[in-house]
This record gives sequence, structure tokens and C-alpha cells, in this order.
Amino acid sequence: MIMNTVRDLLIILVGSSLVSNVVLSQFLGLCPFLGVSKKVNTAAGMGIAVIFVITLSSAVAGAIYKYILTPLHMEYMQTIVFILVIAALVQFVEMFLKRFMVGLYQSLGVYLPLITTNCAVLGVALTNVTKGYGVLYGVVNGFATAVGFTISIILLASIREKLEYNDIPKPLKGMPIVLLTAGLMAIAFCGFSGLI
Amino acid sequence: MNKCVERLHNGIIKENPTLVLMLGMCPTLAVTTSAINGLGMGLTTTVVLALSNMIIAALRNIIPDKIRIPAFIVIIASFVTMMQLLLQAYIPSLYKSLGIYIPLIVVNCIILGRAEAYAYKNPILPSFFDGLGMGLGFTISLTIIGLLREFIGGCSVFGHELSLFTPIAIFKMAPGAFFVLALLTAIQNQVKLTGEKKGRDVSKIQSGCGSDCMQCAVGDCKDRVMAADNEKEEA
Repeated sequence: MIMNTVRDLLIILVGSSLVSNVVLSQFLGLCPFLGVSKKVNTAAGMGIAVIFVITLSSAVAGAIYKYILTPLHMEYMQTIVFILVIAALVQFVEMFLKRFMVGLYQSLGVYLPLITTNCAVLGVALTNVTKGYGVLYGVVNGFATAVGFTISIILLASIREKLEYNDIPKPLKGMPIVLLTAGLMAIAFCGFSGLI
Repeated sequence: MNKCVERLHNGIIKENPTLVLMLGMCPTLAVTTSAINGLGMGLTTTVVLALSNMIIAALRNIIPDKIRIPAFIVIIASFVTMMQLLLQAYIPSLYKSLGIYIPLIVVNCIILGRAEAYAYKNPILPSFFDGLGMGLGFTISLTIIGLLREFIGGCSVFGHELSLFTPIAIFKMAPGAFFVLALLTAIQNQVKLTGEKKGRDVSKIQSGCGSDCMQCAVGDCKDRVMAADNEKEEA
């Protein structure tokens, strides 16, 4: 019984972080992926903030779905409830960090307002419900998805730092070359599909 | 009536949300594996956009300024939920293929952007047509991208097999979406470059939030969407 749970959790962990990577195969959280990936430092900061928020929000959203919406037979309210809960949660986390963990706030604070409208956060909460994950599975799935996001954004940022010194044709400068890089990364990530 | 036609033209051509403003990229990349999916997603977004614009315009004097964003989100999310239930009941095949991207219309920045930039300050009818125009612009570009990917990646048009050449399957998969978008932004860059050379006004052509997300924190993203409309009203 426990062995089965552990095996399932491992599969979710690998599957959500590498095989169906949130950015490169599901296209969620594309805005921060393209927008905050100029430097490795800021990309890592964003990644950690995303891990923090997604893990927390999948726990809260999962619990609300299981203990409030399902008993009331109001499952159809999930989209409205989740988006409001996530927005409120991010605000709350920001206030909490500002008051009690100043160090962490100084390193993550800038990223938090950017995350509210990140579709990956809502996407994970909805995927957890669609796939019928409970709270524990949902949290693991959220964590794994966010780790996948962090891996890909740090990879892209390190490639972009190198790209700065290259001679790129004029029309390809800026976004196009970044998107081409992302496309090549997506091909590389296709290779993980044999893992599970 | 002129204003309504002008709004439609603005949304479909002048400020096309996908091809000119580069907004709402997540659904654009995710659902355009075929033309029919792009069309379905575009039309669903159009309905949500037009109706939520209308309701927000109707309530613009009642919604307090400070909590307008949460109020917008609730209105938009309600319409998205309605559309989700309608699709589930009447077009289950589309509901299945679009999947999680239907509820994610809530966080599509085109909708919130239009609410903030236009509907919150304008009467009901122009707001409705503004939403309709933007939505149709989104639909047309999504269908074109879908058609392109379906044709190259599967050698078919709207699901009809053509068997003209060996399809390049990667265009239907995730990397293909990035390549198609890279192509589009490259064309956009080129248009901008030649436009600048000839002295045309190209300030509206933007590569979405691609510039730098960090500026979003100080409200740049929002201002950018709004700036275009503010100018027009002053003129």
C-alpha cells in the first residue's frame, strides 16, 4: 500500500517536472518564462518564488475543493474560487513575508506580484482537480510542476546570457531568437517522454 | 454606429491582439495544433470577451476603483464557467480537445487588458463591439496559425487529409508552436524595421510582455495596453 503510494508519487514527480514540462510542453507560465529569463540570478529567484507559491496554492486549492466545494456540490464554481483564492494567497504571502521573514521577502518580494496572473498557478490547481488528485498528490504535483518551470527558466536564462555575445541577424534579435531557443529546448525535452 | 465599426476594425486589423500586440500567447501556442481547435478557442474567447466587456461597461459607475481588478476577474470567471458548461453540454469534442485551456481563459491578458483599457471607461455598446472586434481578431489569427501548423505538421486542412507531401510532424507538437511563433515575431520585427526606415508610426507593434517582465511589477504592462487607447481619446 505504502509502496504503491510512493511509486505513484515518484511517477508524478518525474512526469510533471520533466516529461510534460509545464512551459515546454504545456505552454503555461510563458510570460515569466520569456520575460524574466535575461539573467540566471533573476531567473532562479523567479523559479524559487514559483515553487513556493504553486506548492502552497495547490495545497490550499486542493483542500478547498475537497472539504468545501465537493460537500456543497458546487464543483462548477472551481474556476472562480481558485482564481480568487490564488490572488488572495499571493497577497497574504507577500504581507506575511514582509512582516516576519524580511530576508526572504527581499529576495522574493519583487516576483510575487508577477505570479498572481501566472497561468501556471491556476493551471496546476485545475489539473489536480481534473486528474482527481487528493491534497497530498496535488501538493506533490504542484511542487514537481514548479520544479520543472524552474529547471527550464534557468536553462533558458543561461543560454540567453551566452546569446548576448553572438551576432544575430537583425530581424531575429530579441524575441524570435529566444523563441527559437525555446523550441530547440522543447525538442530536447521530448526526449524525456520515454522515461515513464 | 460609426464608433462600433471603428472598434471592430481596430480589434481585427489595427490592434490585432495576437499579431500586432502579441498578447495571450499561452492559449495561442497551446491550442493551435489544428485549425478547428484554434477557431473553437477563438470563438469561445470572443463570447467571453464581448459579454464581459458589456457587463463591465454597464457596471463601470458602480464598481469602486480600488477593487476593480478582483471585480473584473469575478465577472470574467463567471462567463468562462458558463462557456465551459455550455461547451461540455453541446460540443463535447471541442471541450475535450481544448481541455484545461478553457478555464484558463480567465487569465488571458487580452480580456483583463480590454476591461481595464476600454470597457471600464466607455458606454455599453462600443464596449461590446470592442470586445467583439478584439475577439474576432484573436479568432482569425488563431485559425491562421492553426491552419499553418495543421498543414505543415499533418498535411491536412480543417481535418481533411490532402497527402501532398510527407508531413513534418514536429510542427504539430510542442516545439513547432515555438517555431511558428518565432517566425511570426521575426516577421513582425522586419515590418517594424522597414516601417521605421520609411518613417511610419510603428509604436503599436510590440512583442508582448517579451520586453522585460520585471517592469510589469511597476505597472508597465498595464500602461502599455492602456496607452494606445488613451492617445486616441485625447486626439
